[in-house]
Amino acid sequence: MKNKYDVLVIGGGPAGALAAKTAVEEGLSACLVEKRPAIGAPVRCAEGIGKEALHEFAEPDPRWISAVMTGASIVAPDGFSMKLESHLAGNKVGYILDRKFFDRELVWKAAEAGADIAIKSRASSPIIEKGHVKGAKIESCGSVKNVTADVVIAADGVESKFSRWCGIDTTVPVREIMSSVQYVMADIDIDPHSTVFYLGNEVAPEGYLWIFPKGERSANVGIGISGKKSGEGHRAKDYLDRFVKKTFPRGKPIEYIAGGVSVCRPLDCTVSDGLIIAGDAARVVDPLTGGGIYNGMYTGRLAAKVATECIGKGDVSKNALMVYDTTWRASKMGKAIERNYHIKEYLIKQPDSKLNEIIHSVSKINLKEFTTLSLIKEIISINPKLMLELGALAASIS
Amino acid sequence: MLKVHRDICGYCGCCVSVCPEGALELIDAYLCVEENCTSCGICAKVCPLGALEVADEK
Repeated sequence: MKNKYDVLVIGGGPAGALAAKTAVEEGLSACLVEKRPAIGAPVRCAEGIGKEALHEFAEPDPRWISAVMTGASIVAPDGFSMKLESHLAGNKVGYILDRKFFDRELVWKAAEAGADIAIKSRASSPIIEKGHVKGAKIESCGSVKNVTADVVIAADGVESKFSRWCGIDTTVPVREIMSSVQYVMADIDIDPHSTVFYLGNEVAPEGYLWIFPKGERSANVGIGISGKKSGEGHRAKDYLDRFVKKTFPRGKPIEYIAGGVSVCRPLDCTVSDGLIIAGDAARVVDPLTGGGIYNGMYTGRLAAKVATECIGKGDVSKNALMVYDTTWRASKMGKAIERNYHIKEYLIKQPDSKLNEIIHSVSKINLKEFTTLSLIKEIISINPKLMLELGALAASIS
Repeated sequence: MLKVHRDICGYCGCCVSVCPEGALELIDAYLCVEENCTSCGICAKVCPLGALEVADEK
């Protein structure tokens, strides 16, 4: 690790890896720091990603694809199951990754492109001069070093501490944190090519429970519930254990993962003087699905592109870096976040009876595009009165 | 004061993201509670595993 870089990236997840890789490919010097001793571990993710979303960044590689998905099921609170398939039967619609290897591959690529990588290295405070972020103090295996940079890209995940130290309020409202637990389970009876989502206040209040296959008889079985609904005796782990005991009494957990997923709106502003915030740290997780891998990679790459442009022009002020903020908000991703936020807000207010009604209205949907938007459109076309209930939001869907 | 049950903690960072004071920090697998913690209990509520507890000061 040197004392100075064009770009310093905090965090070695997908957002940080794409930021570091893109920065060096654009001709800048870059260093990525990861506080943990290993890239990719521990996993804090259900590992699902859509086909198109992944293909934008990488060609699927069997080393980090755990399973290929061809469909999904949604289980209503009363147990009724609705099946979603591609209009082309057997068509791939998404993947379940193996994040331990996927993240490692992304950082590998950043390293091979020329980025410096420092593991077990923690940004413990920002270096700020006259309100301008100029780098970070890095604590690395017992030594402390000031590393300066023209632009710092904060990709430090759900904790988002670095931006907070820079004066940006990254606190997630209690009702908008998904308090989550997941087991990787072995020796269970599942459909190995279909994800399953369970909805309902008894199963997962203001959240959902998922089964994401990892192999023929193995899956990520997890749950996220609203922080508002969490408390002693009714935590995410309590709900998940109850489900697992009932559904997979002979299954064997081989990994135990906890996590927090933000389903709030993104930060009001994702840049500051000398600072760009990317991925989960910027709260750009999809508020409806909780998915953040693509959004992390997209914002990480964009952050590095904007940093390159601004460094080239000699202006890394908040004003100049704002291009990053306005670009992602206007992007397909930004619009999806805004729309899905409203859909999430609508759905969490519905009683189980309403969710049952919606899911019963259709038992099988063949989707041309396997996206949440296509699904919502199909459901609305079958239940036209939903359009009225959705009010102003309806316009953004149709 | 806030008590961390380290045998239960899954060091996931869920609590860090909701702390209104910014008093929690996860250093690898170790959750640090800083002096500005007000024992508000928000973190204890959202913890997916029940690893945090606001204990009475006596």
